[in-house]
Amino acid sequence: MMPLLDIKNLELSFNSYKGLTQVLHGIDLNIKKGERVALVGESGSGKSVTARLVLGLLQEARNAKASGEVLFDGSDVNQMKNKDRAGLRGTDISMIFQDPTSSLNPSFTIETQFHDVLKRRTPDLTKEMSFERACALLDDVAIPDPKRVLKSYNFQMSGGMNQRIMIAMALANKPKLLLADEPGTALDVTVQSQTLQLMRDLVSENDTAVLLISHNLGVVREFADRLYVIYRGRIVEEGPTALIFNNPQHAYTKALLSAIPRITGGGLPQIAEQTDDYLAPKITHGAI
Amino acid sequence: MIRAFHILKSNPLSLVGMILVLTITLCAVFAPLIAPFPDHNGAVVEFLNANKAPSAQNWMGTDLVGRDIFSRIIYAYQISLVLGVVVLAISTPIGTVVGLIAGYKGGWIETVLMRITDVFLSVPPLVLAIAMMGVLEPTLTNAMLAVTAMWWPWYARLVYNIARSEREEGYVLAAEVIGASSNHITFREILPNCLPAIITKMTLDMGFVIIIASSLSFLGLGVQPPTPDLGSMVAEGARYLPDSWWLSVFPGLAILLAVFGFNLLGDGLREILGVEE
Repeated sequence: MMPLLDIKNLELSFNSYKGLTQVLHGIDLNIKKGERVALVGESGSGKSVTARLVLGLLQEARNAKASGEVLFDGSDVNQMKNKDRAGLRGTDISMIFQDPTSSLNPSFTIETQFHDVLKRRTPDLTKEMSFERACALLDDVAIPDPKRVLKSYNFQMSGGMNQRIMIAMALANKPKLLLADEPGTALDVTVQSQTLQLMRDLVSENDTAVLLISHNLGVVREFADRLYVIYRGRIVEEGPTALIFNNPQHAYTKALLSAIPRITGGGLPQIAEQTDDYLAPKITHGAI
Repeated sequence: MIRAFHILKSNPLSLVGMILVLTITLCAVFAPLIAPFPDHNGAVVEFLNANKAPSAQNWMGTDLVGRDIFSRIIYAYQISLVLGVVVLAISTPIGTVVGLIAGYKGGWIETVLMRITDVFLSVPPLVLAIAMMGVLEPTLTNAMLAVTAMWWPWYARLVYNIARSEREEGYVLAAEVIGASSNHITFREILPNCLPAIITKMTLDMGFVIIIASSLSFLGLGVQPPTPDLGSMVAEGARYLPDSWWLSVFPGLAILLAVFGFNLLGDGLREILGVEE
């Protein structure tokens, strides 16, 4: 079966006054329909720029130069016209960010913003219809009293509420692919795990594929079917989550996993900041 | 609304400002009904009554040709307010659009728009207006034009700075991600978050526009006689100070009250709308 998202040899450079700086050195990544895939790496490894390339946001920036293929549903996002790329966003691809509260505009009620989102799919949607839909969607993310929430502003609600609203909005148009860029990192741990649970239930109901971007290995282990480990713009290891967690092969993955604090104590081991084996070639678990 | 009332109550100065502004506006709107001598707003001459000190009949005295100063001040308010509203109604949208586009789009568009703005800002405002009036005929319309030309760059600067910081907010990225067009983001997402600052500045600016317009007509470059204007009334009476003090003092006080009122109201609004200085 053709994967929903197929990234082939994706390279990205930023043009600055110092010349070209390459940030992605040929990424290969694919996601099947309805699959939950995680992209894990330390900060600055290229996780978020990959997500932005999938959305086609960076291709429009003047100082970024992307090459390779980003095939979404068979068509290459890199080659699309700006208008077609914008057409994908908010309909077939949607995204959730770290900080849910700032992702909502403080000048409008949640109701208005839901209307804007739902209009992406059905442009002639009336306010009343969108209110009904939004109520149902908020009900799905376990928000009590959705009518009151719809009349409120983002600053009148807690971070956890806003996070659930963002999830409801992101899934409102039944996207084929959801990009979750460290969702809820700005929230406390219990709220974060609740919302992830919720997100997992909803995406499996709708058969939405998810690319979870995270540096939190605990979250990844619970959430993802398959895992890509990224280091300095290269994928160093990929495979089913359980396999990688139980039997990491690449030196960098081993170092990353040993950096998780254990509840049994013992402290963190001394890990070299950078060694040559971190740059060793990619290891793939389990033939696909 | 209730919150606004509470803040007004706890901030008596802005309440004073609001009362002043309301009174002046009502006077201006209903000038023909309020002015004791409505016909004195034009070229009327009553030499028997010329240059009289304030009395029960002429509360603020009469001018050199015998017209009631109180009546003329009320009509002058009409002109000042219309001028202020028109100037702000034109310069605010121009400045806002320029600032928004420059702030959100960035790149060469930003450079071009903001450097043009800087060119206007580099000339002292009153000098720019005087220079324009020197070329144009001194009429009310041209005075509005001159003041507008010097006013919009301030709004461009203000909105540009807000748009620059709002551009980095999460909701702008979130809007880009759901595929909103850049027009939608500029005018439907960022603009509403600039409005409190714009409204506050407009209120504060009403007072300043009135001062600038009065300065122009004080110099003889604004509204021409016999149309009453606060600035030209002060100028006319200045030659007869201190003996006929009422000729200048009352129009001067009228300017002071208007500017004071709009400033106090603007300060109150700033607090109500939560705009940072």
